Amino acid sequence: MSETEKPVNGGSRPDNSAYWRATLTLTLSLLAIWFIVSFGAGILFRDFLDRFSIGGAPLGFWFAQQGAIYVFVVLIFIYCIGMNRISRKYGIKG
Amino acid sequence: MDQTFWSYLFVGLSFALYVGIAIWARAGSTNEFYVAGHDVHPTLNGMATAADWMSAASFLSMAGLIAFLGYGGSVYLMGWTGGYVLLAMLLAPYLREFGKFTVPDFVGDRYYSTFARVVAVVCALFVSFTYIAGQMKGVGVAFSGFLGIPFEWGIVIGMVVVFFYAVLGGMKGVTYTQVAQYCVMIFAYTVPAIFISLTITGNAFPQLGFISDVRGEDISMLAKLNGVLTDLGFAEYTSTNKTMIDIFCITAALMFGTAGLPHVIVRFFTVKSAKAARISAGWALLFIALLYTTAPAVGAFARLNFIDTVNEATYVGEEDYAARTVAIEADGGKVVPEWFKHWEPTGLVSFEDKNGDGRMQIRGPDAPDGLENEVVANNDIFVLANPEIARLPGWVIGLVVAGGMAAALSTAAGLLMVISSAVSHDLCRRTLFKGMSDTTELRIARVAAAGAVFAAGLVGLFADRLGFVAQVVAFAFGLAAASLFPVIFLGIFWKRMNREGAIVAMLTGLITTFGYIYFFKFGGGTPDQYLFGISPEGIGFLFMWLALIAGIVTALLTPAPSQEIQDLVEDIRVPGSRTMHGLGDEAMPPG
Repeated sequence: MSETEKPVNGGSRPDNSAYWRATLTLTLSLLAIWFIVSFGAGILFRDFLDRFSIGGAPLGFWFAQQGAIYVFVVLIFIYCIGMNRISRKYGIKG
Repeated sequence: MDQTFWSYLFVGLSFALYVGIAIWARAGSTNEFYVAGHDVHPTLNGMATAADWMSAASFLSMAGLIAFLGYGGSVYLMGWTGGYVLLAMLLAPYLREFGKFTVPDFVGDRYYSTFARVVAVVCALFVSFTYIAGQMKGVGVAFSGFLGIPFEWGIVIGMVVVFFYAVLGGMKGVTYTQVAQYCVMIFAYTVPAIFISLTITGNAFPQLGFISDVRGEDISMLAKLNGVLTDLGFAEYTSTNKTMIDIFCITAALMFGTAGLPHVIVRFFTVKSAKAARISAGWALLFIALLYTTAPAVGAFARLNFIDTVNEATYVGEEDYAARTVAIEADGGKVVPEWFKHWEPTGLVSFEDKNGDGRMQIRGPDAPDGLENEVVANNDIFVLANPEIARLPGWVIGLVVAGGMAAALSTAAGLLMVISSAVSHDLCRRTLFKGMSDTTELRIARVAAAGAVFAAGLVGLFADRLGFVAQVVAFAFGLAAASLFPVIFLGIFWKRMNREGAIVAMLTGLITTFGYIYFFKFGGGTPDQYLFGISPEGIGFLFMWLALIAGIVTALLTPAPSQEIQDLVEDIRVPGSRTMHGLGDEAMPPG
């Protein structure tokens, strides 16, 4: 409980709208990839991708059972790096 | 050393470890009891989250489920991992920055409404109780299946162990036991998987074996499986009988449901900052992915191996198993495998000689030779029997037993924390008796946790008689997606969202999803009546949009929230800028 001493709404509030816009842009771009690898590659375009294969597995099927999960993990770590960069750029301490 | 000895040894050792951690990690304040003092390392929290998340169902049933569903099983794989991307980017860091103890805390304070808080408590309790019944039942099944202890006593032992670390240690105890449980669980899952992958494909990594050729043959494992299945009259492994819209909606409902599950969200309250919450979600998904990318491989290997060893084998009774086996094999015949005989008494596998030829026929619905299927296998059998199928030593089986228990107990404990904090914190401290001291609240939290353990045990005991338990898991995800996710999401990303909108959104999601699932699971609804062909498992996704729209329209028609609340929303979007805002913060400052 460290922040109880700060003033309540005293005077002008800092303008963080540029930071917030950058955050939203990053979030939306990564969620677009999230959608493409799972719902796109694994479900909607699966039949098309199944014409290709990775190793011995049809590609669309592989995305649904393996590939999407790998991309999810990578996406979150990219998000962390991206957010750290945005925070540095706009001087946000968190 | 026989297998029962090893099972007792591993289960005993792991239980002793959990109790030891509980005594070491005793909670001294509500801050420690609810959120482990906001002080857990992000990587450790990632492990704890993984154990919290992966239940008895993930550990024991998922590989088997995928083995039988083939491509249709992908909904669980993508659904139960993709939700973490939403959690990491849309919810976890902001809720951590908000800085309270529970999910209803956020709903109640952000929407300046006791009623909204109580609705959130109802959702959280409903979701958690649905979920916990299955966990306690899993503990009972593991005990009775492996150790010969009656089902009821298995549950009682499980209750005592959870009681120890959840009631004594609170979130702090639960966190560190979950870390230990994750280690037990992932080791127990991957060791047999590696061996079975080596046996079938010659590749030590199950994920790579999945896309490799069968060992010593010039055909890929999946192509061979497809061929074997169609020959027996099953659908191809890489196909499904579900419609695309249904697959889409089930996957989405599981993803948004995962992101809205209270016991997962609160795990991210235990780290130091919003930044730590983000990276912790990454670790959590990495640890989860280790098991979730292994499971589809295990499923496919097991299905192939199961047909290979069981189909057309000669069935032999108990008495003369050894002698008959030698005789039949000398003639070049195939005998029912030993593991099949071993698991038969549990009812997880069964054989009925319908055509009276003494052989075991596995057949699909469109079998070319017109024979009937004679072998029935439960989803759980593949993970349980894997060590024996791969001819691994007895101690590996002991490890799998301990792993199954770890999976069930860790999830049960996480759910217990949600239930106890909903009662002691949200209902008692913040709704009914607002002036309560920290010491009193801690005492009530312990009593609530003890009560929750007891209630969960009872539900688990009667779960067998209440056949609906397996049916209601769809409720947990559907309700979390349709009722909790929309209000949390809008509460962060739309300043204009107000009390009236939140209440309407939660109730819309709750009532529509509950009604739909109830109608089709218990009310006699038939699949041809599905709305747009969406099954009850996937309907939460559709009604989530309905809840979002209803909430937004209501909010626009009613007064905007006060400037203080809008400032609060701005604050939680920017890490490190959180200050006191609104009545909720006067009642309980953020931490």
